Amino acid sequence: MSQKNRLASGGRVDRAKALNFSYNGRQYPGFEGDTVASALLANGVDIVGRSFKYSRPRGIIAAGAEEPNAVLQVGATEATQVPNVRATQQSLFNGLVCSATNGWPNADLDLMGYVGKVGGRMMPPGFYYKTFMYPPSLWETYEKFIRKAAGLGRSSTERDPDMYDKVNHHCDLMIVGAGPAGLAAALVAARSGARVILADEQSEFGGSLLDTRETLNGRPAAEWVATVVEELKQHPEVLLLPRSTVNGYHDHNFLTIHERCTDHLGDKAPAGQVRQRMHRVRANQVVLATGAHERPLVFGNNDVPGCMQAAGVSTYINRYAVVPGKELVLMTTNDHAYQTALDWHDAGRKVVAIVDTRQNPKGDRIDAAKSRGLNIIAGSGVIEVQGSKRVTGVSIAPLNAAGDALAGAVERLGCDTVASSGGWSPVIHLSCHTGSRPEWRDDVIGFVPGKTVQKQHCAGGINGTYSLKAVLEEGARAGAAACEAAGFSDAAKGISLPLAEEVREGKAMALYHIPHTKPTSRAPKQFVDYQNDVTAAGIELATREGFESIEHVKRYTAMGFGTDQGKLGNINGMAVAAKSLNQTIPQTGTTIFRPNYTPVTFGAVAGRDCGALFDVNRFSAMHKWHLANGALFEDVGQWKRPWYFPQGGETMQQALDRECKATRESVGILDASTLGKIDIQGKDAREFLARVYTNAWAKLPVGKCRYGLMCGEDGMVFDDGVTSCLADNHFLMTTTTGGAPRVLEWLELYHQTEWPELEVYFSSVTDHWATMTISGPNARKLLGELTDIDLDRDTFKFMDLRQGDVAGVPARVFRISFTGELSYEINVQANYGLHVWEKLFEHGAKFNLTPYGTESMHVLRAEKGFIIAGQDTDGSVTPIDLGMSWCVSNAKPFSYIGKRGMAREDCVRTDRKHLVGLKTREPKTVIPEGAQAVNDPKQPIPMTMLGHVTSSYYSANLGHSVAMGFVRNGHNRMGETVFYPLADGRVIEAEICNPVFLDPKGERQNV
Amino acid sequence: MFYIYCPHCGEHREEEEFHAKGQAHLARPLDPDNCTDHEWGEYLYMRKNPRGLHHELWIHATGCRKFFNMTRDTVSYEIKEVYKVGERPTVVAAS
Repeated sequence: MSQKNRLASGGRVDRAKALNFSYNGRQYPGFEGDTVASALLANGVDIVGRSFKYSRPRGIIAAGAEEPNAVLQVGATEATQVPNVRATQQSLFNGLVCSATNGWPNADLDLMGYVGKVGGRMMPPGFYYKTFMYPPSLWETYEKFIRKAAGLGRSSTERDPDMYDKVNHHCDLMIVGAGPAGLAAALVAARSGARVILADEQSEFGGSLLDTRETLNGRPAAEWVATVVEELKQHPEVLLLPRSTVNGYHDHNFLTIHERCTDHLGDKAPAGQVRQRMHRVRANQVVLATGAHERPLVFGNNDVPGCMQAAGVSTYINRYAVVPGKELVLMTTNDHAYQTALDWHDAGRKVVAIVDTRQNPKGDRIDAAKSRGLNIIAGSGVIEVQGSKRVTGVSIAPLNAAGDALAGAVERLGCDTVASSGGWSPVIHLSCHTGSRPEWRDDVIGFVPGKTVQKQHCAGGINGTYSLKAVLEEGARAGAAACEAAGFSDAAKGISLPLAEEVREGKAMALYHIPHTKPTSRAPKQFVDYQNDVTAAGIELATREGFESIEHVKRYTAMGFGTDQGKLGNINGMAVAAKSLNQTIPQTGTTIFRPNYTPVTFGAVAGRDCGALFDVNRFSAMHKWHLANGALFEDVGQWKRPWYFPQGGETMQQALDRECKATRESVGILDASTLGKIDIQGKDAREFLARVYTNAWAKLPVGKCRYGLMCGEDGMVFDDGVTSCLADNHFLMTTTTGGAPRVLEWLELYHQTEWPELEVYFSSVTDHWATMTISGPNARKLLGELTDIDLDRDTFKFMDLRQGDVAGVPARVFRISFTGELSYEINVQANYGLHVWEKLFEHGAKFNLTPYGTESMHVLRAEKGFIIAGQDTDGSVTPIDLGMSWCVSNAKPFSYIGKRGMAREDCVRTDRKHLVGLKTREPKTVIPEGAQAVNDPKQPIPMTMLGHVTSSYYSANLGHSVAMGFVRNGHNRMGETVFYPLADGRVIEAEICNPVFLDPKGERQNV
Repeated sequence: MFYIYCPHCGEHREEEEFHAKGQAHLARPLDPDNCTDHEWGEYLYMRKNPRGLHHELWIHATGCRKFFNMTRDTVSYEIKEVYKVGERPTVVAAS
């Protein structure tokens, strides 16, 4: 197929490199250097999608990031699908497969279009809120329909085969945009020796210089670009990033850049190459040279394919050698857009008319148009377009001097393309990302960056500076100022800028919305925001309904939403709102843009942080053994802890029953290495402990351990653990597995901010020690075979610690118990952990030494009524609520953390929710954790709830279930009955009891 | 993302290394047991949420593990100064 709109010569495409691509299932040719958009236009493809709400056919409008319509789904296979790709930003490669995202069943034949036509009146702004909210039960039905109608692309359902990357940078200057201003700034900065990053979203540097027919030093501007890029490449401190969009400008000069490394090479990245890379840049100084986007004008049916932005048309002609039509009508409010008519004419196509809204335009480009004999119709506007799938003609009419009313008869002209220009909007998105409010300038007819606290310099189009000479000068100045601020002075010396043509321009007219013979509400649709289908009438309606702030208008109409972020439409929309409210644009408000500037793939955001690298995994020294012995694992914080060790075809319950029984009948072993361990030293360590724990520490002798509860200042328990006295000024604190970092930070907080006078030091030693707990009546016999420590029951007592050798390595052995059985917690250096563990099993076979995991640990401790902080506590319970007043000392001289909180009026009530044991009437029934207690299960819903079950298991040792939970006033209701109504309709009856179900006198741990 | 100078390390580091710990200069009452419930509640729960200058406590959590104070503008997110615990801010809001 021929490329009917392609010129025989010119442009920056390589005609020797023919490429083929597929769009909506059809094959098309293109050239290297094309974007998908330029190739589609070259082939005369008019329709690239259907509009979001009204399902109207839409064509390509612009040539850059501001394109609202040509948003495609790209990908040849399911795994390589990428949604939201702008055709104007996707370089063409051979074999590229893409399709329109909007349109069902397809963009050309769109059944939804009929709904749009019929239902358009039923879809005013805010139609979601008005129409689809009621009845709420139907929302899911509505939503499916709306989603399908909107068709905003889809992500792959398969794993992405490509690799993505992230990289951090620090630089002196980050220059955003490599147009004339950015290149001039970069040249200055590079020569100063500063470390520079220059990023541009396009495939090659040059920006507007790639599209223009203006000359520099009398030569094509692109030649100067090539010279500058060549020089920049020679500077070792300069990093050049083409195809890299600076998507976010965050606090303290932190910028994120989305580099598309291989998106232009193929559907998948070549083997071994990264597809996209996220650069995270901390810049000393930032130069924004982001340029400007041309604003199309708002007029009737301005969305019919063939309506384009004037500058976009010029770009297609000059850069891609594509003339997107045969007969052009240009409408403009300014001199600059005349260039589009000149380009069109010089490409050998017909310019039907230049419709200038100004009464008496004067300037060099107007003279150039006149000298070519082009038909200039001054003081007029295009009020309406004819055509549905492509422009067939326009209606034009004279305007009054203010441009707000028609001043004569309507005339029709035939054409297939309407280019319009309402002037330029500086691309201020990045400068807004950090919260800086833009400022309106009447002379620019646009918003420019406002005050900012960032170290930011702006140059060129972003400042509303548009003449090439001034842009180059501003770029060089901004580069020099940024260098100076970064400590590289005298940067601008010796820089000579290329000579630009001087073009005399007349004054532009501030006009956005062309009046029609009918009032806006009755005129053909005049689109402001193409991507979100927001019309001038919709904005007027929003203001009539009382939405006066532009931020409210935006939310009500969806203007500037989504991936578009209002690049083309925001200023026009504000102008319409301002006119409707009879005020100026700055009075109507400013508008803020958020990151990201254009869509970023999840791949680039995730980088390598996925799969096994998503988060840190922590393993104990015995992990290898657990794996070899069939453990299933539970995530506890970042730790992988053995959950249980099933044997043969055991169910989980069977495995737990076996593990728990073996422990109580002979001996079990638990890997407890993950418990937090904090080494505390210093002469005031003891005093410090007394202040952070609720119980007494003054008299704990060397060689003894003590359990402690830690509360917040509010008196609520937040962690617990055993702390041992190794020497008078040396303690080892243990914490819950998940609470270790928080406890350490808590201790540091109080030491550093409240009691710096105490001499005490904290050090995390969790990873230094491997900890294994052997528990059960045969624990002493087993350990006795491996240690030189005297294990005599009367010398090494419960809650004692001893140091000695175990299995030939130095060990600390603590006689503490979380099961209620005779237990020894053996701590050895982590590197010896596996050795000692294996030795225990060598000697343990005759005792049926049984490994158990976290689940059996839970059952065994619940049989004894021991709490787990974080499971049986939730930040709202005091030690008294837990029935642990034995662990609270009010005799301590210092008012420890939690004491005052516990004395608060509400905390001393005797009928708070209390932790109690729960014995089900039906012994085998296990109450689900989280179930709520009530007194009367027949009470109408909502029933009065008394508290929830926190721990609940089946105990094989006892032959019945055991549970703990909160019950209001529970400590005073022993023996009474509460009910647990469940979601499935069952009601479980339970008796309130002492939570110590097994061995209430504690004899087993003292054998 | 902030770029924070740690007064203990003497270097700028990325925000990822730090934790914000809320309002600075909250002195624990010297005699909590003789505070009224109201006074204790003020200490425990009542926090400033100013628009503009705010003095905050931070910790260089994955660095030196030391706490320090920061004067920060809650509108512009500018860090006006950092100073060690026990020192007073030099940048304060006009009253």
